[in-house]
Amino acid sequence: MSAVVVNRVRKGQYLDSVALMRFSRSIAALKGVEEAALMMGTPANLAIMRDAGLLDADALDASGGDLVIAIRAGDEGAAGNALTAAEALLDQPRASGAGGAAWRPRTIRTAVDQRPGANLALISVPGDFAASEARKAIRRGLHAMIFSDNVSIDEEVALKREARDLGRLIMGPDCGTAIINGRPVAFANRLPRGGVGIIGASGTGIQEVSCLIARHGGGISHAIGVGGRDLGEAVGGISTLMALDALANDASTRHIVLISKPPAPSVMETVLARIEELHKPVTVCFIGAEPGAMPPNAGQVFTLRDAALRAVDKETVAVAECPVTPGAAGKSKIRGLFSGGTLCAEAQVIMLGAGEGVASNAPIPGAIPAEDGEAAITLLDLGDDVYTRGRPHPMIDPEVRDGPIAAALGDPEVAVIQLDVVIGLGAHGDPAGHLARLVRQTPAKDRPIIIASVTGTDDDPQVRSAQVAALEAEGVIVAPTNADAAEWAREALDRNRSA
Amino acid sequence: MSETKINDLLERPLQVINVGLEGFAEELAAEGVEVVHVDWTPPAGGDVELANLLSKLGA
Repeated sequence: MSAVVVNRVRKGQYLDSVALMRFSRSIAALKGVEEAALMMGTPANLAIMRDAGLLDADALDASGGDLVIAIRAGDEGAAGNALTAAEALLDQPRASGAGGAAWRPRTIRTAVDQRPGANLALISVPGDFAASEARKAIRRGLHAMIFSDNVSIDEEVALKREARDLGRLIMGPDCGTAIINGRPVAFANRLPRGGVGIIGASGTGIQEVSCLIARHGGGISHAIGVGGRDLGEAVGGISTLMALDALANDASTRHIVLISKPPAPSVMETVLARIEELHKPVTVCFIGAEPGAMPPNAGQVFTLRDAALRAVDKETVAVAECPVTPGAAGKSKIRGLFSGGTLCAEAQVIMLGAGEGVASNAPIPGAIPAEDGEAAITLLDLGDDVYTRGRPHPMIDPEVRDGPIAAALGDPEVAVIQLDVVIGLGAHGDPAGHLARLVRQTPAKDRPIIIASVTGTDDDPQVRSAQVAALEAEGVIVAPTNADAAEWAREALDRNRSA
Repeated sequence: MSETKINDLLERPLQVINVGLEGFAEELAAEGVEVVHVDWTPPAGGDVELANLLSKLGA
């Protein structure tokens, strides 16, 4: 029996991606439906739908301003019912948010007229339009944080050059986390104010370091996201260099932490030279980089955990004891299933540093690409584009991780599962509760050892200590940090080997 | 290092123009941040290239 694909284009209707993902999910759950997507018809989205086998024609008459319904179902009847249901959802009057009755501007220009004191544009429109909105923002005198991904590298370079000339900061694209003047923006945590300023190419890297600094009694002045490609050859570190200068001038910042994957060699040189000019101590954490020469005012660390310690002048901390007892003999694998890309990279640093072989879909230098082969230790970044194209990020919707976690729970060769739980503003309301319910489906005696860490604070809406308690109640071992979780996972595997 | 315009962002109270996901505006407002949410729809009838061109021309 062959599947039936139906498409419908609704000209000129716009809904944001979160609303559309919610609708897509409810349609996909209908009887007889194999897959469903409700998306704006941007070129990037049309490509996703085409790859997913959801388009029935080569050239669908849709543009970025049109809403596309795409359904694949087992038979005509199911497809027709799903289409009717989707149209009914989209015909509902739009719910207005807080203060919805008030007049709202439709462009950045009119918004700035309404709020002349505005200093930041937070942009989360579809990636195809993000650069043009950011350009409007910087020309209106705003700094811009681009949450959207799918912005081309050429657009990023052009935009950042123009912003530099205007003296405006571009955070992003694909920037999920910032803290400005103590205020969390997008995916960030509620943290005490203090003297540490963070510059990060990654959201979860900033979150882990800032939360650990708070746990060690420190506080954050600002955290500036720059986007994952800023320190690449093409962009040349434009936003990073601007952020370094700004934090050097900022009276509330005493110590600067820079977190990124290893920069391109030429950019590394430029960034280190700039750091040397600053009259403030700097902690450099290029995740996965080899040890290198640092300027006198800078120190290099190799994990997020150590970045936080150095920023609060604690060179050492009491080593957390691994509480794991050996599991069943014959189990020989670790599966790390991460929602945070930098947390996945940090776990690789720990495993490689201990002399283990590691495979990953986001390999750091020394690890092998997961598609090239198996390793006893496989660490996956489930927030990677491959898993999130057209779907929510696992930090927003933990269900995205359910399949791989369930597979690892049922794998007789897996000794240890390592997980990260990231909470805070923007994140799912109860990720630990979701995880606990999933874990419960496998009887405790049949499960691998599960070791997790929780990135967040007790001031966050989800309350870190409550998340930890929910996991521990289900038998999950919770380590103080992601780096500790990786060390414990490796130690547990080691004990299994010698058991 | 001379004072940069970014210090204006870091030193003044944060005031945000939110373009895109409305949830971000709601969370910022709940955190006490001044925020204006733009009722955004794709510009230029959703034509990506035209929208880009218009933004470069300052429209």
